[in-house]
Amino acid sequence: MKAAPFDYVRANHVQHALELLSQWAGEAKLIAGGQSMVPMMAMRLARPVCLVDIDRISELKQFQLHSEHVTLGAGVRQSSVENSAELCKALPLVAQALHWVGHQQTRNRGTVGGSLSYADPSAELPLASLVLGANMQLESASGGVRSVLASDFFLGPMFTALAEDECLTSIDWPVWQGAGISSCFEETAIRHGDFAMASAACQLQVDAHGKFTRLSFGVGGVDGTPLVFSDLAVQMHGQSLNEEAARELAHLAVSRSHPGTDIHANADYRKHLAAVLLHRVLLKAYQSACKSFITH
Amino acid sequence: MNFKKTIQLVVNGAAVQRDVEPRTTLLDFLREDLGLSGTHMGCEHGVCGACAVLLDDAPVRSCCIFAVQADDQRVTTVEGLAPKRGQMSKLQDAFCEKHGLQCGYCTPGMLIACTALLAQHPQPTEAQVRDAISGNLCRCTGYQQIVDAVMYATTQGDARESI
Repeated sequence: MKAAPFDYVRANHVQHALELLSQWAGEAKLIAGGQSMVPMMAMRLARPVCLVDIDRISELKQFQLHSEHVTLGAGVRQSSVENSAELCKALPLVAQALHWVGHQQTRNRGTVGGSLSYADPSAELPLASLVLGANMQLESASGGVRSVLASDFFLGPMFTALAEDECLTSIDWPVWQGAGISSCFEETAIRHGDFAMASAACQLQVDAHGKFTRLSFGVGGVDGTPLVFSDLAVQMHGQSLNEEAARELAHLAVSRSHPGTDIHANADYRKHLAAVLLHRVLLKAYQSACKSFITH
Repeated sequence: MNFKKTIQLVVNGAAVQRDVEPRTTLLDFLREDLGLSGTHMGCEHGVCGACAVLLDDAPVRSCCIFAVQADDQRVTTVEGLAPKRGQMSKLQDAFCEKHGLQCGYCTPGMLIACTALLAQHPQPTEAQVRDAISGNLCRCTGYQQIVDAVMYATTQGDARESI
């Protein structure tokens, strides 16, 4: 199938793109890397009357490293993050997540903002953004800039807080500082690079006695959006982790999910898979964090 | 309504300018407008890799790009891999030596992915080769012969000559 006819405008700067979105009142769609958009349009699942290309806007391709957070322009290519040693060091969970995002060929075009805006329930960057508590900047011609936390950004499958006339322009990712920090991201798909049947991610910090000082974890592909479990995480502060505790925590968390059934996996299988993956990432990250004290 | 746009690209070293509908994918543009049928159409939705080309030296899926998006960029297709007419790149030659193809349908995409790999990692490990082709499907070879071909190419002098 080929895409339906549409008009195409390349926006030179963000303001230009926002004016076009506002002018076209819902009939225009943004395109950056296009790795989700082009196939959707080719299959005629999306039929915008006007496509506004924001992929050459240099403002959206910038990133800045600060001590407490990293600001990534929404147009930063996934491969650019992968290939940046400093970004991978500041955001290890994002680096780990990117390994699972599509394939190299799609990461060479796909953008961070694109993946987040698309909000596929099984996508890796949305899960990572929730686990890290990222902050999204949304802009429109009429409303200026507003900040939305990841937890308020993802509203349902392929559905975010973005209004029709809004563009996600940048994302602030918190950076964890200190000793005893580790993270882990795992997913299972039929073949590497396919959509995840389930995924799990965590970032944690322990003290020299193996007690949690910080913990954040979540699962993807088992509900309308990725899920994080801040209340369960907070309960772990001051505690250590063993096989038993990890398994209990994973099962308790996953019991809150509502996975769907499709040709790849049924709901029960997804739940089971998510619990196994979550148990695995919690233990892996915990053991790695504890080990980091031994080498000092 | 005529939405056609004029685009300029450099394809296999030659400057081209054409008027295209925005909905024409880079894949269709290369094959239909430029007659470069070496780039193949597989799934047309971004999973098989048969349509891979180099866009500013990076391997991409040409079925997932509208030609208008590639305006002002450099494209290399399988037709552009040989150093000279009548010759083959070291990698193409290695595919022949090691039977890295049977039906040949995935081959252009594989060559593109592996050319890009060797440009970054002239002496890759087998694991790196497998990772580089993990976005390309092959129904014939079972992949081992493709991996063997790439590893063989690295023993044949400077494989970077292939770009």
